[in-house]
Amino acid sequence: MFDGFDPVTLARAQFAFTMSFHIVFPAFSIGLASYLATLEALWLWTGRPVYLDLFKYWLKIFAIGFGMGVVSGIVMSYQFGTNWSVYADKTGPVIGPLMAYEVMTAFFLEAGFLGVMLFGLERVGPRLHFLATLMVAIGTLISAFWILSANSWMQTPAGYALNADGQFVPADWYKVIFNPSFPYRLVHMVLAAYLTTAFAVGGVGAYHLLRDPHQAGSRVMFSMAMWMATLVAPIQILAGDQHGLNTLAHQPVKIMAMEGHFESHPDGAPLILFGLPDQAAGRVKYAIEIPKFGSLVLEHNPDAPMKGLDTVPRQDWPPVFIPFWSFRIMVGLGFLMFGLGLFSAWERWRDRLYRSRLLHVFAMLMGPAGFIAVLAGWVTTETGRQPFTVYGLLRTEQSASPLAAPAVGSSLIAFAIVYFAVFTVGVVYMLRLMAHPPHPGEPGVPTDVPARATGITPAIGSVVQ
Amino acid sequence: MSASIDLAIIWAFIIAFAVFVYVVMDGFDLGLGILFPLFPAKEDRNVVMNSVAPVWDGNETWLVLGGGGLMAAFPLAYAVLMPALYTPIIAMLVGLIFRGVAFEFRWRTTAQRNRWDIAFAGGSLLAALSQGIALGAILQGVHVAGRQYAGGWWDWLTPFSVLTGVSLVIGYAFLGSTWLVLKTEDRLRDRAYALSWWLLFAMLGAIGAVSLVTPLLSIHYSQRWFAWPNIIATAPVPLAVVAVTVLLLGSLAKRQDTRPFFLALALFALSYAGLGISMYPYIVPQSITIWQAASPRDSQLFLLVGVSFLIPLILAYTGWSYWVFRGKVKAGSGYH
Repeated sequence: MFDGFDPVTLARAQFAFTMSFHIVFPAFSIGLASYLATLEALWLWTGRPVYLDLFKYWLKIFAIGFGMGVVSGIVMSYQFGTNWSVYADKTGPVIGPLMAYEVMTAFFLEAGFLGVMLFGLERVGPRLHFLATLMVAIGTLISAFWILSANSWMQTPAGYALNADGQFVPADWYKVIFNPSFPYRLVHMVLAAYLTTAFAVGGVGAYHLLRDPHQAGSRVMFSMAMWMATLVAPIQILAGDQHGLNTLAHQPVKIMAMEGHFESHPDGAPLILFGLPDQAAGRVKYAIEIPKFGSLVLEHNPDAPMKGLDTVPRQDWPPVFIPFWSFRIMVGLGFLMFGLGLFSAWERWRDRLYRSRLLHVFAMLMGPAGFIAVLAGWVTTETGRQPFTVYGLLRTEQSASPLAAPAVGSSLIAFAIVYFAVFTVGVVYMLRLMAHPPHPGEPGVPTDVPARATGITPAIGSVVQ
Repeated sequence: MSASIDLAIIWAFIIAFAVFVYVVMDGFDLGLGILFPLFPAKEDRNVVMNSVAPVWDGNETWLVLGGGGLMAAFPLAYAVLMPALYTPIIAMLVGLIFRGVAFEFRWRTTAQRNRWDIAFAGGSLLAALSQGIALGAILQGVHVAGRQYAGGWWDWLTPFSVLTGVSLVIGYAFLGSTWLVLKTEDRLRDRAYALSWWLLFAMLGAIGAVSLVTPLLSIHYSQRWFAWPNIIATAPVPLAVVAVTVLLLGSLAKRQDTRPFFLALALFALSYAGLGISMYPYIVPQSITIWQAASPRDSQLFLLVGVSFLIPLILAYTGWSYWVFRGKVKAGSGYH
């Protein structure tokens, strides 16, 4: 059935598919765990029940999202071995310890305290429960630290040597962990996770404010989310710009693809706004461009010369069309987020934050923006570093397991069916929870009482203080 | 050189420990899923779920440590075994997906609740069977050429791997039934006791069958167990199995709620020790030793520093979580 297919292409498709599904959940969990910790802290500090209601409201959604992140994450951790065994053998001595540290410092911390966070409020009391929530939130951030360090090492390898078996071996762990692109990628991704959650929370709050502008819980969550949009979206644009400059220094070919710079520009490169990159022809068709603006943005000098893909051997080109467009989607959404942040600040200033229907419609439409931007960003950076798994050193086509096409094709189909069947249902369950407004006496995570539409279950909702 | 040899042995024990903790901890979780069809009443199923809902995620994390640790400490073994076990590993992952999401999903619907109960049971069974098959496939050996797996994608499927697959399903079910003896009351506990009797005998049969067939797989295994003077060191293992079985029969007969589960863990530990005796010093039997597969000293040492204080810390707060949710789980009230 798969005899005509290239097993490496199938393995890449499988990795891209399972990774894309997976990243959505941790991006949400990282931000939501911190948001939950903030809500619980505010509840403990102010004693206002609305914060506890919001905490329990988002905790139920967190539980579903976190569960899907866990099960899709285990697939990722085993896929290095099942489908990329040559890569695993060669990079295991460097990447392996980073991932093992992620398990020991992050996954166990999250899993160990998750049970208390979800089910333990009455058992351990509010303060110890807050500690558990905090540990889960810190765990998600530690997880981001290690996995982004590992990913960044693949993008900008440092601190390694090669041994007789062709393995990358550690020479300097500090340089391995804090490799050149890591600090930029970490900041950019953690901010992205926070913004993703903020826009999801803001979208849900806006949806409920459109129906009932006086609902207390919707007001609080919407206001908190819009503060995040106002303050963090501009920081994220700056962080993204710095990340881009770092990429220009260490992975210039990726920038050429993102910018659509097939040709070198000795006296200032244009900024191509839109166009259709044609890989075979080596040019961008129908390009709409601003002369010299590319050099101005990337080199801060309109006349700075910039090399194009014509200086790179063709077998080292990434596929230009994908990162060119995914990058524009990400940046476009970033500026829309920035715009929503400004607009909400303006309406807040005019004391219309809870009444401006235009703002609420805008915020509701922007609810999924973070998820799309995160996916577009990862597509950009992962496609843009092709054709390498370890940048410049190990080619993707030489990283795969010695598996025949039918094996990989079958697993790809199995994952596709299972992921669509399971995760779309999970997302529907999350959306159903979001469709109800938070209300006083919000119930917690269910254990014995099936979820009812908006039913209040006092036995579970009550809190021993 | 001697220091690096020591590190490889230390790491073999660490990986073995992580896998063992996974096997027994997720073992009873998966066992509950395997037994789920035998508890058709909704309130019973809720109690069964609630008895592990706060801890299952932590239990499963040991599987990620086993995989991640193997890639870090023995990358060559990871790179050879994972493609060799491709189908069982993928099947296990799919099973774990269905099992894992069921914990949350089954509360989110009344109309389709049964669907996620089926996912929980089917996913648990598939994951357990796949793990057992993978174990058998490792024991029977895989084709290796150079630094790569060199066999086909159905090599794992043999009568022996099916035997180990079924055996592990039985073993997990036994862990699950003794866990229910520990955590439940009344009618549910009575069912669990009755199941534990059946499953104990089935597990002893499975241990016997695997123990009889394994030495026939390779001269290495039979010499390891029966050649003089090895037999002095190996004989205590089957003798201890007999002793633990006697204790288990007694505690089940006297209906001591706590002891059967821990004795079941002991039975697993002994079976596991038997596997270790068979395999050592190979990590890919008869092809790659732990020293050949070991990553460089710098990698193993760097990770060992963290392991030495993080694992005790993890065990401490995991223990705390179990302590918080100690005691019998009552129907109709979850943990509240």
